[in-house]
Amino acid sequence: MTSNYNFAFLDENTKRMLRRALLKAVAIPGYQVPFGSREMPLPYGWGTGGIQLTAALLGPDDVLKVIDQGADDTTNAVNIRRFFARVAGVTTTERTTEASVIQTRHRIPETPLREDQILVFQVPEPEPLRTLEPREAETRTLHALADYGLMHVKLYEDIAQYGHIATSYDYPVLVDGRFLTSPSPIPKFDNPKLDHSPALMLFGAGREKRLYAIPPYTKVESLAFDDHPFEIQRWEHQCELCGSDESYLDEVVVDDRGSRMFVCSDTDYCRQRRAEQAA
Amino acid sequence: MYVAVKGGEQAITRSLQLLAEARRGDLTVPELSLDQIREQLRLGVARVMQEGSLYDEELAALAMRQAAGDMLEAIFLLRAYRTTLPRFGYTQPLDTNAMRVRRRVSGTFKDVPGGQVLGPTYDYTQRLLEFESTAPTSPLQAEAPLPDTMPRVLDLLDAEALIERIDAGVDPEPIDLTREPLMFPADRATRLQNLARGDEGFLLGMAYSTQRGYAESHPFAGEIRMGEVDVVICPEELGFAIEIGSITLTECQMINQFHGGNGLPPQFTRGYGLCMGEGERKAMSMALVDRTLRCDELGEPAYAPAQNQEFVLSHSDSVEASGFVQHLKLPHYVDFQAELSLLRTLSKQHAQHLNAEETAAQETSS
Repeated sequence: MTSNYNFAFLDENTKRMLRRALLKAVAIPGYQVPFGSREMPLPYGWGTGGIQLTAALLGPDDVLKVIDQGADDTTNAVNIRRFFARVAGVTTTERTTEASVIQTRHRIPETPLREDQILVFQVPEPEPLRTLEPREAETRTLHALADYGLMHVKLYEDIAQYGHIATSYDYPVLVDGRFLTSPSPIPKFDNPKLDHSPALMLFGAGREKRLYAIPPYTKVESLAFDDHPFEIQRWEHQCELCGSDESYLDEVVVDDRGSRMFVCSDTDYCRQRRAEQAA
Repeated sequence: MYVAVKGGEQAITRSLQLLAEARRGDLTVPELSLDQIREQLRLGVARVMQEGSLYDEELAALAMRQAAGDMLEAIFLLRAYRTTLPRFGYTQPLDTNAMRVRRRVSGTFKDVPGGQVLGPTYDYTQRLLEFESTAPTSPLQAEAPLPDTMPRVLDLLDAEALIERIDAGVDPEPIDLTREPLMFPADRATRLQNLARGDEGFLLGMAYSTQRGYAESHPFAGEIRMGEVDVVICPEELGFAIEIGSITLTECQMINQFHGGNGLPPQFTRGYGLCMGEGERKAMSMALVDRTLRCDELGEPAYAPAQNQEFVLSHSDSVEASGFVQHLKLPHYVDFQAELSLLRTLSKQHAQHLNAEETAAQETSS
């Protein structure tokens, strides 16, 4: 642990500012709370929001897991884990069940989370309406009025054009029946895990200086229409390593003739299943 | 065989070793000292301090060396370090009127009280590469020293009531953009803070666009001055002001034509730019962009990118922009996979649709 820096890098006043903003976020599920995002020693767009939240949450007894694309060994996940091991000296793990805080980019673990766990999402664009309305002043007004017609029209146009909703990740959700919220760029496969999750879910967007929360056991609906219900991705394949037909699969190109194999994106889940099968 | 990215930790360690080796270069060539960088690359040091929001030549030089001369990386290093520094207090407003001027030019008057002072400038160098090593020169001492203070050129117009009055006393307490999020609409003090930290290249392009018809700015360089200004703080426990040092600043005041509107009479208006160290290009760009961003206040039609404060202020910061553009290097396997399956569905639908059309066409023709 590097002692030149305060525990978990940020000074205590900054952590207090973050915790206050987090309390507000938990009190207003799905609402984007502006916060005084700091410049971190990792680049914007590489998880600075998640890192600040994790820094504000960590205590010396916490056990931290960091995943990117569901995997513990992707380079950026490794780097963020190294960062906290260095500036906070906390125990780190690759096991979902052992972690008290899990920082993630683009996935929710397959292993169901518990009440004593917190999932921290890295968020590139917290505003679900941004691609439909680039002006921040305008989108804040739309949220205040709960005016989400723009998004419904977008989804309707998808159906009119393609016969189904053509959004495959960062699929918009309505949190607690009030705020339209970005679940971050997780595949829509993971959206059902947000609904009534026992674990607290926190979202940090460092560059955009916003954070928000989905408290435990909160209703989270993926937007849909009565005659076009929400659907998740399905594969014709099973994981070639553990045989799971329930997990999100990554497609890997294995030779220059275009052969593919499909494997679990959640490396810990896949490893646990293989360990059980071997036992 | 399954060969996904494994062993990220070891790969990172090896990459850092390669980076250290590449940064140092040939070991038979002596390493740059921080003094060399400070003394001989001072304009680079100034830019890193300015956009890094931290006036410390030593640290800026260190960041430049560590970044192997990549200015944006050096700025990023300085910003990240800045986050860890405690905030002791705030200085009193800097008085650029009392600047010990080393350069001062005006494009609006042939001569001005205090005179035109070229100072050290690249403006008239003819840009011929000097192949011989630069010989030391000893500038002649001026016959008379420059006056201690020089009146601002714009104050001369102010006396004639031809230029808008700015009453500094009515300015609201500015927010600290490094501690508070940027919210819209942003007031002028907040906008100037953002521009001061903004990327020089971005601001230069934005400023240039206002001269080429994307906004009507009609600017004149009223005054550009560079020199040293004292930094004064008033600690609560002392109760009186003390000088803690001086810093180099470049200030630019643009004069812009304005035909009146929004209840305001025709008059000259101001655009303001300020930066730490010698940074004339940045200060001038900032002043042009500051003025165009005042379009709402002055009732000017806003149609150009440089007049759109959300567009300009949200995209001016090199640390934010560089991070987000380059984050595309990170793995996106999961969302790419989601897009792959979506695209396969769409292309299957497209093929079916074409087939159906062909069948229908054959049926009608037969």
